[in-house]
Amino acid sequence: MSASIAGGLATAGQASAGGPRPVTPRAPARSMYLLHHLLEPNAAYRRLAAWLQTRPRLRRLFTAAEKGVKQEIFGCRMCGQCALPVTGYACPMTCPKELRNGPCGGVGADGRCEVYPSMRCVWLVAFERAQGQGRSGDLLRLQLPIDHRVWGESSWIRYWQGRDDDLWADLDLPGAARAGRA
Amino acid sequence: MTQPAAAARPAPAPSRFRATLDSGAFTVTAEIGPPRGADAGAVERKVAPLRDWVTAVNITDNQGASVRLSSWAGSLAALAAGVEPIMQLTCRDRNRIALQSELLGASAMGIPNILVMTGDHPKFGDHADAKPVFDLDSVQLLWAARTMRDEGTLLSGRKLSPPPHWFLGSVENPSAPPVDFRAARLGKKIAAGAQFVQTQYVFDAGAFARWMAQVRDLGLHERCHILAGVGPIASLRALEHLEQRVPGVQVPAEVSGRLRGVPEDRVADEGMAICAETIGALRQIHGVAGVHVMAVGNERRVPEILQLAGVGGLAGSHAG
Repeated sequence: MSASIAGGLATAGQASAGGPRPVTPRAPARSMYLLHHLLEPNAAYRRLAAWLQTRPRLRRLFTAAEKGVKQEIFGCRMCGQCALPVTGYACPMTCPKELRNGPCGGVGADGRCEVYPSMRCVWLVAFERAQGQGRSGDLLRLQLPIDHRVWGESSWIRYWQGRDDDLWADLDLPGAARAGRA
Repeated sequence: MTQPAAAARPAPAPSRFRATLDSGAFTVTAEIGPPRGADAGAVERKVAPLRDWVTAVNITDNQGASVRLSSWAGSLAALAAGVEPIMQLTCRDRNRIALQSELLGASAMGIPNILVMTGDHPKFGDHADAKPVFDLDSVQLLWAARTMRDEGTLLSGRKLSPPPHWFLGSVENPSAPPVDFRAARLGKKIAAGAQFVQTQYVFDAGAFARWMAQVRDLGLHERCHILAGVGPIASLRALEHLEQRVPGVQVPAEVSGRLRGVPEDRVADEGMAICAETIGALRQIHGVAGVHVMAVGNERRVPEILQLAGVGGLAGSHAG
């Protein structure tokens, strides 16, 4: 979806570039933070995840459902290593440079993306959403390089199985979030 | 500066740039773009006039996403001309294998300073049809580089023998939104490994001073050397280019008004005067370690600007 819908928003005649396009989420940050509590790992989810691992057809269905929901709301591209809980629920993988640690220096004075000027920088959106919920400290975590073998996998299953635990690390700096995973 | 010898064990390349910053002296760097051609002599000709005026010279990495002679080759040419290079390395064109390999090569060949940045998107260059790589972002690359140097390991965990050594820096753009996040983002880069930072063009010293106040509040100026980016606007065409085509750069109305208010043949001089005034204003801001003069294509005029700004040359201090 991200390519087709986002492409429809682009102004006609604008020079195109390949790769991802910034997507402003279609759900308020506050409800996403609340909803997240429903997805937090527990014994039932861990059992579900383990069971899905042994049922390839069901796992594919489950993954397709996750993809459908997250594509619609966030423009999810299924990198499989979801950073949404610490990026104000705006997806950094929709940044044309796939930056996971904050905005580049090319954001326009009006907040436009340098690559797709008709769109708002996804990191600016992330900052505003996180700040609005008192979560801007989340953005100071070091997001580690992603594993490109994981594209297409369900990040919910990975999350419940604790396989996402090394996606980010705390850095030694003032004001940084020190809490555990969101 | 010792020249790299092929058979010798890599000797630590002493960074004069680092030593100057550590001394507390107001430090000046400049920037050159390598040629679109297989000519190391072009790099030497560009850096030679800067030799007695700046402590180190950035060698850009395919700036503007257009193909140029590589930054490591340009850095070696600068070393050969007796000018200390700061090798720029972007995430745009290389995955993590190539980036780490490049970092090892730079250290082995005696390049003492590395500047890590995300890089312009290929869309802006002469190969807009290229695949944008961006396997790592600039913060991840800083962290990877520092880990290589200080812990002697690659991202894979494999040991390096011997580990590389360079003075490691990055960039920041204080004037790009979200402005309130930019100081914190610098903090993130410092925590990931940046020992110095050079900023995007500053045309509004007042706005820069407000950012520096946030930087000082976080104590970042004590953990990192901050060089403010400046540059002369040489023509009305260059002004329009900056206003419309360079992402993230803002030229305040006061500056554009001054440039548009003088006769066409005086624009270049006015641009240099504004640049010199900006340097003077930046120098007064507590925590600013120096300036980085970007006059790509106009490098010869850098000494004039520095003279106008009253920033002395390196007479007597040159290490050759």
